[in-house]
Amino acid sequence: MAEIRVDPERCTGCGLCVQACPYGVIELVEGLPRIGEGCTLCRSCIEACPENALSLVEARREVDLSAYRGVLVYAEYRRGRVHPVSYELLGKGRELAEELGEPLYAVIIGDGCRRWAEELIYRGAERVYVYDDPWLDPFRVDPYTAILVELVEELKPNIFLFGATSIGRSLAPRVAARLKVGLTADCTGLDIDPETRLLRQTRPAFGGNVMATIISPYTRPQMATVRYKVMPEAERDTSRRGEIIERRIDPSSLPDRVRVLEFQPVEEEVSLVEADVIVSGGMGLGGPEGFKLLEELAKLLGGAVGASRPTVDEGWIDYSHQVGLSGRTVRPKVYIACGISGAVQHLAGMRGSEVIIAINTDPKAPIFDFATLGVVADLYEVVPRLIEKLKERRGR
Amino acid sequence: MERGLNIIVCIKQVPETVEVEIDPETGRLMREKYPGILNPFDEHAVEEALRLRERYGGYVRVLTMGPPMAEKALRDAIAMGCDEAWLATDRAFAGADTLATSYTLSLCIRKMEPYDLIICGLKTTDGDTGQVGPELAEHLGIPHICYVSQILEVSEGRIRVRRRLDDGVETLEAPLPALITVTKEINQPRLPTLKGKLRAKRAEIKTLTASDLGGEPSLYGLEGSPTRVIRVFHPEPPRGGEIIEGEPDELAERILRKLEEVGVI
Ligand SMILES: Cc1cc2nc3c(=O)[nH]c(=O)nc-3n(C[C@H](O)[C@H](O)[C@H](O)COP(=O)(O)OP(=O)(O)OC[C@H]3O[C@@H](n4cnc5c(N)ncnc54)[C@H](O)[C@@H]3O)c2cc1C
Ligand SMILES: Nc1ncnc2c1ncn2[C@@H]1O[C@H](COP(=O)(O)O)[C@@H](O)[C@H]1O
Repeated sequence: MAEIRVDPERCTGCGLCVQACPYGVIELVEGLPRIGEGCTLCRSCIEACPENALSLVEARREVDLSAYRGVLVYAEYRRGRVHPVSYELLGKGRELAEELGEPLYAVIIGDGCRRWAEELIYRGAERVYVYDDPWLDPFRVDPYTAILVELVEELKPNIFLFGATSIGRSLAPRVAARLKVGLTADCTGLDIDPETRLLRQTRPAFGGNVMATIISPYTRPQMATVRYKVMPEAERDTSRRGEIIERRIDPSSLPDRVRVLEFQPVEEEVSLVEADVIVSGGMGLGGPEGFKLLEELAKLLGGAVGASRPTVDEGWIDYSHQVGLSGRTVRPKVYIACGISGAVQHLAGMRGSEVIIAINTDPKAPIFDFATLGVVADLYEVVPRLIEKLKERRGR
Repeated sequence: MERGLNIIVCIKQVPETVEVEIDPETGRLMREKYPGILNPFDEHAVEEALRLRERYGGYVRVLTMGPPMAEKALRDAIAMGCDEAWLATDRAFAGADTLATSYTLSLCIRKMEPYDLIICGLKTTDGDTGQVGPELAEHLGIPHICYVSQILEVSEGRIRVRRRLDDGVETLEAPLPALITVTKEINQPRLPTLKGKLRAKRAEIKTLTASDLGGEPSLYGLEGSPTRVIRVFHPEPPRGGEIIEGEPDELAERILRKLEEVGVI
């Protein structure tokens, strides 16, 4: 069993670990910390110890994982199209595969998906596994899990990536639990440790206040879901060639317990995540009417309207507009933040924007630390003038 | 439903704030102290279970795996109206990632059989993965549906629900027993009543330890967790640009020029 161990040679009995324990289960006994019942191995005490006297010890495991090779990408196919996060995964997957000197594979499942196989090759896949059958429409987690688990057992990939979409986040944990392997949710960074050759998976943790890097040293494949719009898409190169492997399925042998009775698509006017320009509003708007002004500006710029979380919580605007850790991640050419303070959780969703323009009355607002152009002013004075100017310009 | 619904709600105690600071001098993590609260998403899970009980009759049990102090979250759920509380606690469970957590919970649930429905929150505010629900369903061999925003009906051993996906709203039907994870849209959680609070104070908490569960010891806690956190750090240093002040008209002009420069107008 794993435990926190105290090195009595190093410990000076300073008691910082006692203070650091969020559960209050450490006490000093004869000058040395004693870790009591209720320890969750959260490592706060290890982090707090200035003498490096505390360490987490666990049984060593020896496992042979050498049979696993290659990076496999789940290309999410739905309603006749491939979700663009799949191209982002192929872009990153190519990098990882080259670093490891291993192949890049893709798998695609669904009715009519065969005609996308070449596209996946143009985007960098060397081999594409295709499961095209009318029975596989629409997506159901049971048969898709069974197909993917069987493929992994046969192909033995080293790394297996999913988009952190609503489908990916339902499917990947089911696959990971059946394979009994680790899965890191909602990654924003992936790279290979040059020494251990392990996949380093980085994601926001503790509500986005900090980032955590996670590895899966003992199991294969190393699995992750990856946030949409944080990594650049793979370049399309139509001269690329690859292998397409078409697989038949036998519906009678696949589990299928949950029935889809109905589906109502929602089409957004200008999809937030795809817009080149986003005009976003925060609590500084002071009320729901403020969004009317931002809508006008967004329309003139051919863009979409974004929002901070508290404006959504207040009911000023629908959740689908929320940008940030618990909303969407966006990477527009221009992000105009109006009356947004720039909390880490908001930044987590828009930091990747090419240009950030912030309008805020408070010169100390954290958003200014990240803005390409920071405008210290009342948004109600600046935005209407900007709208006038844009209209004038258009009239010319 | 003749005998009503037998529901288990999985809940977690999470830190009240998720403010985590890194000491600028030492680069060490400074975490807020507990007292923990009931994970906000799980309040919706508890609420939905209570509503189902009001609609169909039945029994609602809450379950958590955590340190002994997680008992408080269980009592909060009892105060809202749950019938019975179960706490899985043991040093061996410490340091669990989602795979080890869901494995441990699955063994607890086998001890709690029979059941019709398991409800989980969409995700926790600390772990923030949303993986425990679907992984738990897999360990139990039952179907799962994530992102449920409305329960339409439970009848004849089946549950019919609506859920919100990125591209639309789906209506689904699953045979029971099943596991669902619920979003905040599904309901408005009730506040505990005074009577509920009194009941919570006195309620007996059923405790399960590793030896009660009898599972494979190497699959619990840190040992049973395939993932390891190797580094925690601050997101990214600021990369601020130009800050301007002045007359609104001049400021609007500067924004316009910036937009031209980038080529979006
Ligand atoms: C787990 C977790 C997840 C979260 N997820 C998200 C998320 O996804 N997205 C998100 O946005 N937040 C999220 N938050 C909330 C986040 O911490 C902040 O509370 C939130 O982003 C603040 O929103 P705001 O900037 O609109 O409001 P405030 O912080 O209140 O800022 C309002 C700003 O407007 C300025 N202002 C006021 N009047 C004017 C005016 N007339 N003209 C110009 N400026 C003006 C003020 O100076 C101030 O800076 C999350 C929090 C947690 C704990
Ligand atoms: N330790 C735990 N004990 C009981 N239920 C849990 C635990 N951890 C997570 N859950 C459940 O799983 C959901 C998702 O948690 P997570 O995967 O950590 O985001 C939560 O909303 C709870 O319903």
